Amino acid sequence: MNQDISNVFFSMKDIVKQYQMGEEVSTVLNNVNLSIQEGEYLSVLGPSGSGKSTLMNIIGCLDLPTSGEYILHGQRVNDLGEKELSRIRSREIGFIFQNSQMLPLLDAQKNVELPLIYAGVRPKERRERAQEMLRHVGLADRMHHYPNQLSGGQQQRVAIARALVTRPTLLLADEPTGALDQKMGRQIMELFQELSDNGHTIIMITHDLNIAKHARRVVHIIDGELSEGEAVNP
Amino acid sequence: MKHFFQKLSGGFYMFVESVKMSVSNILQNKMRSFLTVLGILIGVMAVIALVTTISGVSTSISDSFLSMGAGSMTLTVTGTELKTGLTDEDMEKIAQLEHVNGVCPSISLNSTVTVEDVSDSFTVSGKNDYFFVHTPNAVARGRAISRLDTDSQNRVCLISQDLVESHFYGVDPLGKTLYLDNRDFTVVGIIQEDEDVSIATILTGTPDLYIPHSTALKMTGAASVNSLTIYIDDIENSEAVEGELETLLDPLFNYEDDVYSINSMESIGDTMEEMLGMMSMLLAGIASIALLVGGIGIMNMMLTSVTERTVEIGLKKAIGAEPGQIQLQFLIESFLLSIAGGLAGIVLGILLSAALCNVMGITFTLSYGAIALGVGFSAAVGIIFGWSPARKASRLSPIDALRRM
Ligand SMILES: Nc1ncnc2c1ncn2[C@@H]1O[C@H](COP(=O)(O)OP(=O)(O)OP(=O)(O)O)[C@@H](O)[C@H]1O
Ligand SMILES: [Mg+2]
Repeated sequence: MNQDISNVFFSMKDIVKQYQMGEEVSTVLNNVNLSIQEGEYLSVLGPSGSGKSTLMNIIGCLDLPTSGEYILHGQRVNDLGEKELSRIRSREIGFIFQNSQMLPLLDAQKNVELPLIYAGVRPKERRERAQEMLRHVGLADRMHHYPNQLSGGQQQRVAIARALVTRPTLLLADEPTGALDQKMGRQIMELFQELSDNGHTIIMITHDLNIAKHARRVVHIIDGELSEGEAVNP
Repeated sequence: MKHFFQKLSGGFYMFVESVKMSVSNILQNKMRSFLTVLGILIGVMAVIALVTTISGVSTSISDSFLSMGAGSMTLTVTGTELKTGLTDEDMEKIAQLEHVNGVCPSISLNSTVTVEDVSDSFTVSGKNDYFFVHTPNAVARGRAISRLDTDSQNRVCLISQDLVESHFYGVDPLGKTLYLDNRDFTVVGIIQEDEDVSIATILTGTPDLYIPHSTALKMTGAASVNSLTIYIDDIENSEAVEGELETLLDPLFNYEDDVYSINSMESIGDTMEEMLGMMSMLLAGIASIALLVGGIGIMNMMLTSVTERTVEIGLKKAIGAEPGQIQLQFLIESFLLSIAGGLAGIVLGILLSAALCNVMGITFTLSYGAIALGVGFSAAVGIIFGWSPARKASRLSPIDALRRM
């Protein structure tokens, strides 16, 4: 039993997220129950507006649920303050957002270094890790390009490098291949597979079944309701 | 312990990067940053220019008053009913006091001077022979007032260059006669202007005529002298002489209060410095309004900047920046803006003050206190007015920010 709990990465119980829209209350997430084991590779599949990004924000400790319990590494996230939440984000979680998201005044390398800056990593180590990560996503020759000198796909790869550079235990990716062509998309999927094989926990959000299939476990979300899909890729 | 140092150095590296990011953010919007900085720049420039110029002025005042050793004091007597002023005997006693070189009564009149039907009003000052001993340069030409003149109330006078030009144009006035309130006086000398540096002349200017004090007393009908200049060997001894005077005068005036007052150069210098101090306080008040306006400018720019950079803030938070780290970033930015304006203001203020001192003919001295003041002021303005925008930035919700992407 104890063994069991320590292997649970996080568990969500009856998570509800509502927004007050004037008089009306709109329920974006409705009683979501989800448990993830360490090292799991999960994809969340659902149509646009179904609540995928909202769920990701809650998992990533960027947002708090209206009600329900979210326990990450045995800690109730609901009770944590801003500072502790940012510590978790810094240490545990790597985000890849849906939209392009580089800081315009920093070059690719500095953008990738950013999470390490806030984590207080030494400059030399920071540079080396950022460069290694950029090479990993195929941007060895674009280290010192600024966002306006990079294509959308390249920017997305910078974002992936930035999410991975802290060696997060949980990688949260919102449509990571949305802006990429098939070949690049495949490369990213291979990268994710490799990370998963190395024990990273990955949650990938997508509306594309073909992408979702790369994960070992798929859950469906429709109108804020989560349901377990059939296992693929056993 | 190791953990502590890691945290410390990590914080330092983060700080360095925050400074770099702040600099590129400031440079990103050069025109806006410049205009914002202008307010602080003008405020600090004003403060520095005022403080250094005023300290220059007050140094030059105290130099001219206090550093020249010998000096003078004035004794003003209102007197009592029994004794309305100082007699020749009293003055003699005062002249004998320690540290006192000599005394000279000051009797000021406004009289009509008539020379061959041309009449005009002029200022007349009754002096004794010692005055001319003390200030030999007071006579440009001719002779001074002598002991004989004062003893026998001679009707002789020394006249100013102005009077020579207006009443004796083209004639040598020496030995000529002029009428002072219808009494005939013989001109025996011409006054050299700007040579007599005593309190009396500093405060009232050089008079147009000098006549023997005894003659002046007779003209006014007064029996005794009410104002006396006391020449002392060293300005440092002002207080000692004051004490001696009190011991001498109190019994003469029956120990009554407020019957005489003593002004030394020292006390006048003090008063002037006090006045300058008050003036600089007032001007500093005005300058600090400029600084306040500058601070509001910075606050305004920082608030705009926070709104514009919501996405950046959200993203940084999402990748692990703590609220404190975001706040620090914005504080550094407003601090840098303000301190840049402050430093430029210090340089310009020093130049302005050097120019002003040059124009006024006083020596300019660089005041490190003023520089520290400028740095301190601008740093404080940056932090105080940057605080609330920075706090606002640190409290932005990351999701709201990210939804805007
Ligand atoms: N702050 C908010 N206030 C009100 N409604 C909101 C707010 N944020 C999100 N929503 C609503 O929640 C729903 C889910 O949004 P979410 O961004 O999670 O969708 P999604 O599944 O990620 O869609 P997509 O695939 O298009 O990115 C949407 O209908 C949206 O309108
Ligand atoms: Mg979404």
